[in-house]
Amino acid sequence: MNAFEEEWAVLMRAAMAGDEAAYGTFLRAVTPSIRAAARRNLARFGLGPSEAEDVVQDTLLAIHLKRQTWDSDRPIGPWISAICRNKFIDQMRRRGKSPQVPIEDVSESLAAEDTASGALDGYDVSRMLDQLNEKQRNVVRFLTIEGASVRQTAERLNMTEGAIRVTLHRAVKALAVIYREQKT
Amino acid sequence: MKTDDLIAALAKDQAVRSPRPRTAIICALVAGGVIAAILFMSMLSHRPDIAEAAQTYRFLFKFIFTLTLAASAIGLVLQIFRPEASPGRRLWLIALAPGMLLAAVLAELLVMPSSTWLPGMIGIKPLFCFFAICSLSIGPLLAFFAALRYGAPSNPGLAGALAGLSSAGIGAALFVFHCPNDSPLFVVVWYSLAIGLVTLIGYFAGKRWLAW
Repeated sequence: MNAFEEEWAVLMRAAMAGDEAAYGTFLRAVTPSIRAAARRNLARFGLGPSEAEDVVQDTLLAIHLKRQTWDSDRPIGPWISAICRNKFIDQMRRRGKSPQVPIEDVSESLAAEDTASGALDGYDVSRMLDQLNEKQRNVVRFLTIEGASVRQTAERLNMTEGAIRVTLHRAVKALAVIYREQKT
Repeated sequence: MKTDDLIAALAKDQAVRSPRPRTAIICALVAGGVIAAILFMSMLSHRPDIAEAAQTYRFLFKFIFTLTLAASAIGLVLQIFRPEASPGRRLWLIALAPGMLLAAVLAELLVMPSSTWLPGMIGIKPLFCFFAICSLSIGPLLAFFAALRYGAPSNPGLAGALAGLSSAGIGAALFVFHCPNDSPLFVVVWYSLAIGLVTLIGYFAGKRWLAW
């Protein structure tokens, strides 16, 4: 187990105990490694790094929706690596390829990346958001792009906080389905 | 949507906590078993000579076979719901119950005169037996699938097939209470057909519904 994994596991354990901030930190901490792994996988198929953000977001959604499948007594690196691999294979299948992908050790992938800092964080996959229904899109937009809190969003959209949370959860699940079914 | 925005949305999505998959699978095992038992009690009854039958090895073997099958398959289901789990050599556990059945068939062929083989294999109401095992498996299968939706198996087809095998093992074990046919030759044909069909259904349903 390397230092990355150690840190991720600590954050994720806190997140599982309900620490929202730790969870955000965890997701931001794993993203560069996931991105590096995705780029290396893409390069293996002769695809450019511009495709990586699709894989990264798809992977993050899966990590989120399947976070209960991580057994906190087990190392987190192999768990993340397996999700990355699964999502990458999905992505390739949608392109009509049936790849045999070796499991990239995600926690090592950043070290192996030469241009790790060239993150395409500004890369905009806006068509995903456009496919949500209006209510879901509004809630996601307020909470993320405008950085509003759940309470502020509830006031502006004239909904209860509970309804905002439920709508957000449905939107997240809808996004996962949109990724799964998109034809690229 | 930018990745940072997605992360912000995910971090705020804490309202709905899905159950732990391991807990869900164990609940499914209990719920599926109860559903199947209720179906059994409302549609079937235990065989009238069950007290005498319980003294015979052939009758008891049917329990050992079906319960071994169910236990080995459930054990694997509890492993492979995690994305990083690869069953590898443990998949051989599945061969345990069929191996025992083959040994029982060999013993039957060695001990019993050949004139009893065919009647023993065809038994009484074999098609009813086949359909009854399939029907008793439906409840557990639905319960396992509902639970496995919370999991993330890296091979959804395999997960579905193992769920099917577990369900068929439970269904068949219940049906043993009713089944008047004790020959291993009957079990190897008709039980296997039913268990095979449920497993196959599980495989295709898994590919369709357990992918994530």
